[in-house]
Amino acid sequence: MRAALRSEVRKLLSTRLWWVLLLAMAGYLAFIGATLGLALALGGDVEESGGAPVLGGVDAATTVYSLVSAIGYVFPLVVGSLAVTTEFRHHTITQTLLAEPRRGVLLAAKLLATVPVGLAYGVVGALAIVLGGAPALAIAGDGAFLTDGDVVQVLLLDVLVTVLWALLGAAFGLLVTQQVAAIVVILAFTQFVEPVARLALGAVDALAGVGAFLPGAAADALIGASFFGELGSADLLPRWAGALVLLAYIGTFATVGRLTTLRRDVA
Amino acid sequence: MIAAPSLGVDGLTKTFGPLRAVDDLTFEVRPGAVTGFLGPNGAGKTTTLRMLLGLATPTSGSTRVGDRPYAAHPQPARVVGAALEATGFHPGRTGLGHLQVYAPQVGADLDRCHELLDTVGLSAAAGRRVGQYSMGMRQRLGLATALLGDPPCLVLDEPTNGLDPEGIRWLRTLLRGFAAEGRTVLVSSHLLGEVQNTVDDVVVIVRGRLVHASSLADLAALAEPGAYVVSPTAGAVADLARRQGWPVRAHERGLVVDGVTADVVGTAAHRDGVELHELTPRGTDLEDVFLRLTATGHDLAGTPGGAR
Repeated sequence: MRAALRSEVRKLLSTRLWWVLLLAMAGYLAFIGATLGLALALGGDVEESGGAPVLGGVDAATTVYSLVSAIGYVFPLVVGSLAVTTEFRHHTITQTLLAEPRRGVLLAAKLLATVPVGLAYGVVGALAIVLGGAPALAIAGDGAFLTDGDVVQVLLLDVLVTVLWALLGAAFGLLVTQQVAAIVVILAFTQFVEPVARLALGAVDALAGVGAFLPGAAADALIGASFFGELGSADLLPRWAGALVLLAYIGTFATVGRLTTLRRDVA
Repeated sequence: MIAAPSLGVDGLTKTFGPLRAVDDLTFEVRPGAVTGFLGPNGAGKTTTLRMLLGLATPTSGSTRVGDRPYAAHPQPARVVGAALEATGFHPGRTGLGHLQVYAPQVGADLDRCHELLDTVGLSAAAGRRVGQYSMGMRQRLGLATALLGDPPCLVLDEPTNGLDPEGIRWLRTLLRGFAAEGRTVLVSSHLLGEVQNTVDDVVVIVRGRLVHASSLADLAALAEPGAYVVSPTAGAVADLARRQGWPVRAHERGLVVDGVTADVVGTAAHRDGVELHELTPRGTDLEDVFLRLTATGHDLAGTPGGAR
């Protein structure tokens, strides 16, 4: 198992993808952090915000800092899914299964190997959002609140949630091994389907509770502060339940992947 | 000498829908020899190797590496080094990076990776991404990957593809060396000519079925000599053949004598004073035997199922 894990970690680190996407995420989050930080800070001064939520103080800070998950989650998802789908795209899965024919062990190694990568993405993501958001909040708003307990908690949970997103990506990659399809589904779901679904479900009373079980909503629940949550959509689950929902997605995808993709013959 | 396990396939069958890709196949690959696994494209060679290596599940039958299936070995890649045709490389990974990825499971260190790149002649390209490698370089890198764990058994699928003549000769020397050390070497090919000078034993399959398994020498013995004879007195040659009990048949301007070398015909004709204007060896060689095997799907030796 340790050998399989080392092999999987080396796979992730031996191509340029992981740091290219990491840099892209850092740049993107710093930019978003600065933009939203300024928007919230300046919007707070202007009273005529027309019904949109007006955030100030620590709330503004936690909302900005929680963007690592709300906006940045597509990066760990994609990296996680690519860890699996590249094996099928480039047919390295053959060599991989020759080295480790116990497919359950391979599955566990694949998932575990994404943890350190998810950690790196989480830490860098949190740093980037602070780098972009804190100066904006401090200069134009009520302050950066970097030593505030709630803010520190949000930043730590950012890291945890990012690890879970990377795991979810890897598990999803086992389900949809076709690389392009996996990326398209991830982008479509995270950037369009889920945000729309959350707003739509939130608007229907009977379905309001369902939206909380979508992965993005579960992640928001875990972090306990959310940009989309602040937009006034449905109630979030308790924090522990959010974590469980994410773990359930990971477990379900991994199990189905084990029973389908990893049961098949490999060319 | 290395004590290498033998490889075995017992009643192996694999069907894809109505297609029987591998059909009740049984053969044994012994240590200390290079065995050629031969058959035309689509004969089921790769499918057989995939099942031998635990990548595909047999419909029925079983495969063995030593006393158990490949996947039942604790560190299988240390027992069998394999390079399959379908195996790919991540184009963004360097040659050295590729070896390092698969090194942990066979307990190979960085020195071993460098040593192998040297063995297969890729040292200079170690830091280059595999996307820039030629077909032959990929073939060599695949071989290096197979050798990572210094395995006693080697299974190579069409290893000569993409190699230039010099590369084929290099591979032959390498494989002969492994067999001489006592290792078990199984090499598939659709061309007998490419492995003819490398293999000791041959296993020939056609449409998933075994048509011949023997030593290369026994396969060569199935080749039949013959001679094409042109004489101004054709009747005299026919009489000579009848006296000797040789079968003859008319061909072009003369006769073909089957089962006899041109030398023997020449000696006999000279002794009997028969005038010959042309005397040409015309028999079947090893290649013809192989082509007849693969074209008919039947063993010429009349041993269906072949030797174990």
